[in-house]
Amino acid sequence: MSTIALLTITGVGLGALYFLVAAGLSLIWGLMRVLNFAHGAFFTVAAYGGWVAATAVPGNLWLQWLVGLLVAVLSGALFATLTEVVLIRPLYARPVGQVLVTVGLALATVALVQGGFGNDPKTLTLPAWMNATTAVLGADIPNTRWIVIGAALLVLGLLLFFLRRTRYGLIVRAGVENRAMVEALGIDVQRAFTLVFAIGGAAAGLAGWLAGAYYGTIDPVRGSAMLIFAFIVVVIGGLGSVVGSAIAAVVVGILQQYLNFYGAAGVGDFAVVLLLAGVLLIRPGGFAGAAA
Amino acid sequence: MSERATLLGVRDLHVHIGESHIRQGVSFDVREGGITGLLGRNGVGKTTTLRGILGMVPRTGSVTLAGEELVRSRTHDIVRHGVGYVPEDRDVFAGLTVEENLRLAERSGSPLRYDLVYELFPELKARAAQKAGTLSGGQQQMVSLARALLNAQNRLLLIDEPTKGLSPLYTRNVADALRRAAEVATILLVEQNLRVAQALVGDVIVLDQGRVAFTGRVEELMDDPALTRKHLGLATTESH
Repeated sequence: MSTIALLTITGVGLGALYFLVAAGLSLIWGLMRVLNFAHGAFFTVAAYGGWVAATAVPGNLWLQWLVGLLVAVLSGALFATLTEVVLIRPLYARPVGQVLVTVGLALATVALVQGGFGNDPKTLTLPAWMNATTAVLGADIPNTRWIVIGAALLVLGLLLFFLRRTRYGLIVRAGVENRAMVEALGIDVQRAFTLVFAIGGAAAGLAGWLAGAYYGTIDPVRGSAMLIFAFIVVVIGGLGSVVGSAIAAVVVGILQQYLNFYGAAGVGDFAVVLLLAGVLLIRPGGFAGAAA
Repeated sequence: MSERATLLGVRDLHVHIGESHIRQGVSFDVREGGITGLLGRNGVGKTTTLRGILGMVPRTGSVTLAGEELVRSRTHDIVRHGVGYVPEDRDVFAGLTVEENLRLAERSGSPLRYDLVYELFPELKARAAQKAGTLSGGQQQMVSLARALLNAQNRLLLIDEPTKGLSPLYTRNVADALRRAAEVATILLVEQNLRVAQALVGDVIVLDQGRVAFTGRVEELMDDPALTRKHLGLATTESH
């Protein structure tokens, strides 16, 4: 029982990280039809931005961690906004150009971070409570799992509030369905594009910082690895659907944990790809179809 | 024609979609007030012309609204100058409720005509919480017309085949709504149903083979069988 509890909660925690990366990716694709391969770069830049800020703060470990969190979220949002304004905006009518430029940005970001900080992982010094565990059904669950899961639930709630209760959310939901008609109602969809990129970047930045707590370290290539699974989550969940991404992220996280534990290492990753293929065959629109 | 001011001026409008040169140098005026019909055979480019006016497709030439040049403006900016658009396929947001579809059309700084909208389409008030995608075609057309009418700032409405695919009952409702809408805004109407067009429009612009083939009053067009046969073809025999 304790193993099941540990695997399930760890899987949900991993799913929470996937969700934080996938939510922005899904909205960006749903609204703008941009395949953003640079999304993992937002994750990486934010993680290192947070690490630099946290290590500059003396004293209290909670304060260090919270400063790192704030800087990570802000740097993710800022980097994403700059990416949209400078690189994506001139290429809206050229999808191949978007793919090339975002892939290039992802590769360049990893290389720059490796050049600046080295290839070795950086260890995060966490507050004592985060290094401790909480017993659940006989399993000692690392407390970082609760933080990651709680943050993902908070982001899900905030995103749903934004989408369902604000005018910009209404614009995004309508834009996911028919961007041209939103523009034909006199609405500058471009602003919504920038906002969605900023929100996606902030969520990816949060994921970058929380992944540091989850794994205990940050490194230059984790963003790229997370991006692969986030893309899978977005497709399984339904392009443009935040709720679909949340459900798919948890399914993928738990599946990976169980199969990697009970099967050989890597079986979980392979099973996720099989799940993707199965969903594409049976339900090509994903769990939720195209609805924010 | 009487001396009414020109509201919409289109000069040498060229539209390019992909590699194709769709509309080649069309010029016409729409005078202020009433309903002007944009007619022509199927596939002649009436919808493309409306989309070109709105900047929804790449175009060159000149598009003026009350003398102000708009051809370099983006779609949302053109619309904010006081243009409402009802597309051919209605394009309601299926996943949003009726109320959300209307709320999306609200523009800050423009008085809203909810009273008029609900007077014309009382059904929409009763169905405010219903997802637009679950409405019938006629009801969706009401939502689409309501969005265009909602802003009192809109002085020109571009309406594309509003009765297409509708039952006779809804066709009558839409025609009545257009008559009432013409009291508060100028309408440029694309309509394949000639009976409806004849009953509603005053001025007509007929497109044929990529150019304007006729402009004048609708009676002049309809009273000349040779002209209608030549420029409207089989459309003259349509009965709805």
